[in-house]
Amino acid sequence: MFRILKQSLATGIITEAAPIPDDAELERLGIELRRRIGGRFGRSLAIRQVDAGSCNGCELEIHALNNPYYDVERFGVHFVASPRHADALLVTGPVSRHMETALRRTWRATPSPKLVIAAGTCACSGGEFGVSYASRGAVENVIPVDALIPGCPPTPLDLLTGLLGVLRGALPGEGARLTPQQRSPDP
Amino acid sequence: MSRFDWLSEYLARLEDDHVLVRSGSAERLAPAHLLELDAEDWGQAARVACTFGTRFVALWGDPAETQVRVYACLERERDYLVLSTEVSLAQPVLASLTPCYLGANRLERHLQDLAGIAFLDHPDNRRWTRHQAWPDGSFPLRTDFPSAGRSPRRAPADADYRFQRIQGNGVYEIPVGPVHAGIIEPGHFRFQAVGEEILSLEERLGYVHKGVEKIAVGRDPAGLARLAGRVSGDSTVAHAWAACIAMERAAGCEVPARALHLRALMCERERVANHLGDIGAICNDVAFSFAHVQCARLREQWQRRSRELFGHRLMMDAVCPGGVAQDLPPGAPEQLHADHLALRRAVNPLFDVIEDHPSLDDRLIDTGRLSAADARALGCTGYVGKASGQAFDVRRDNPYPPYDGLEVRVPVQDAGDVAARVRVRMEEVRESLDLMDRLLTPMPTGPIDTALPEPQANAVGLGFVDGWRGEILSFVRFGEGARIARFFPRDPSWMTWPALERLIHGNIVPDFPVCNKSVNASYSGQDL
Repeated sequence: MFRILKQSLATGIITEAAPIPDDAELERLGIELRRRIGGRFGRSLAIRQVDAGSCNGCELEIHALNNPYYDVERFGVHFVASPRHADALLVTGPVSRHMETALRRTWRATPSPKLVIAAGTCACSGGEFGVSYASRGAVENVIPVDALIPGCPPTPLDLLTGLLGVLRGALPGEGARLTPQQRSPDP
Repeated sequence: MSRFDWLSEYLARLEDDHVLVRSGSAERLAPAHLLELDAEDWGQAARVACTFGTRFVALWGDPAETQVRVYACLERERDYLVLSTEVSLAQPVLASLTPCYLGANRLERHLQDLAGIAFLDHPDNRRWTRHQAWPDGSFPLRTDFPSAGRSPRRAPADADYRFQRIQGNGVYEIPVGPVHAGIIEPGHFRFQAVGEEILSLEERLGYVHKGVEKIAVGRDPAGLARLAGRVSGDSTVAHAWAACIAMERAAGCEVPARALHLRALMCERERVANHLGDIGAICNDVAFSFAHVQCARLREQWQRRSRELFGHRLMMDAVCPGGVAQDLPPGAPEQLHADHLALRRAVNPLFDVIEDHPSLDDRLIDTGRLSAADARALGCTGYVGKASGQAFDVRRDNPYPPYDGLEVRVPVQDAGDVAARVRVRMEEVRESLDLMDRLLTPMPTGPIDTALPEPQANAVGLGFVDGWRGEILSFVRFGEGARIARFFPRDPSWMTWPALERLIHGNIVPDFPVCNKSVNASYSGQDL
């Protein structure tokens, strides 16, 4: 126990300040204002990560979001185990045809209002794999996408910036509540 | 002992058994020795090889218009042997190697699904890689199958796969996946359990099949290196390196010494990063979050340095045909030496805690035990093999440059449990740190790449690299105009996935995550 305490105290707090995305940054991240959901998620965002065909590179960097340097939970972002607990799906990979139905079912299991964030170049555009007999390419070919975070893989900072941007986009004003009219229709 | 002294004995035995070797070559698929056989002798040649105690390495096919050339790679006493035969598409039937080599099971089913070869006497001829994205009776790797596929329709769920079931009082089934509860790749696990005890686990993979082998066809060498770097993103350096070796051997390319050292440096960095992450994650799976946080901290520092000095946090696209994409910036060797020293100092107290902590001992020792016999039969390499007494490491046993000039110490354990796999990984971190220091002193000077000569049509090459998961094999055949005609990467996960099914026997369901993490086989690398 002493060894553990010593190591923890010697390490101290290494968590870094959060990046502040400016408007240009948001633009770059391709956040579609039109699709912003005018509601709020109680200042927190519960994310269900879905690997729909990734090479696992994106997963490594998404994992890194939880390391003590980025500590994404301090922004109210946490990863949940079920789509039924999620506000947002963070989807990686080109969508393999073998994952197509599973991804759609996961999307349907997520309660509305919901956000879909495509993370990584493959999820945004199909990337190195594109569309083939085995791959549907970009996530938006399978389910509606609200935000894109490109990168191969996106760095934790890219992911963090993108997620904060999504939160801002999804939280237009204090006290705003989602009305049925504002809810994005389920296609 | 001279190399390959068992080959002449093997050839004599084949002659005794009236197996005709059409031709043999030590160069065409170097470092492996290639033997070409008639299709009807395939099974017998493998049976004889099996009596020699060879380890199964890989099996793949190379379809042409009217026939498929099938290759099987075996290894004994550090030497690789490749058997090859041609199967006519008019009657695509070949003897299965699975009765001799358990590790051939899924690779044969993969070839069955993608190239349409029926394997006789295969104990389990259910489909493996194919779900519902293409219909039964059509085969994506065949030349007449369009890369874009034939049907744009949505692929339905793979609902009618025949899982094995156990029946009895109190036996119940737990289906898990393909979408898992954590930030991990998709796959399906079917448990049969009584109470908490797992009676059996059946894996169903193939969910992230992206058609890697098909979309490789027609690429240029640089394009193939990029694709190989995404076979399994956590092994991007190792897979890209193996593919580049295969292309360089096919094209007859001498890679500059400095590039080789840089490749090895990156590959060892990749090993350290993944082991650090996994050691922490294994501890986290038994609720020892202290080690998880500390390892994650060290891994993050490590990845930041990779970005600073090697251009990318995972070093993607850093290995390219003929060399590497970028040189180290000035002052980098000093920085790296300092980093290695700092990491050595940082892991010492941490690994001491992990190796000797009652709550970890309680959960990791005796958990998920893989017997040496199973590891051997399946052909496991990497930390899974090494923790179960299988010492093979390509860097030491069939060294490719620059490892031919370096002594690599390979940690081996006998216990075969999760604790042993953790110990092997901790030892590998320390050994990699030593290796990296030696790779830097002295670092060869000179160019970091050379142009890949234009390969002849049908030139083939084989690359072996010891990635952090173990032995990677990469096969390349060029077509006309330096375009890729065939690419097959065999990730070590092909062998460690079946190992997981075995080592989980008799463990409790709540220990599955830690057992799985201790193996950490790649889904993407296996599904291709």
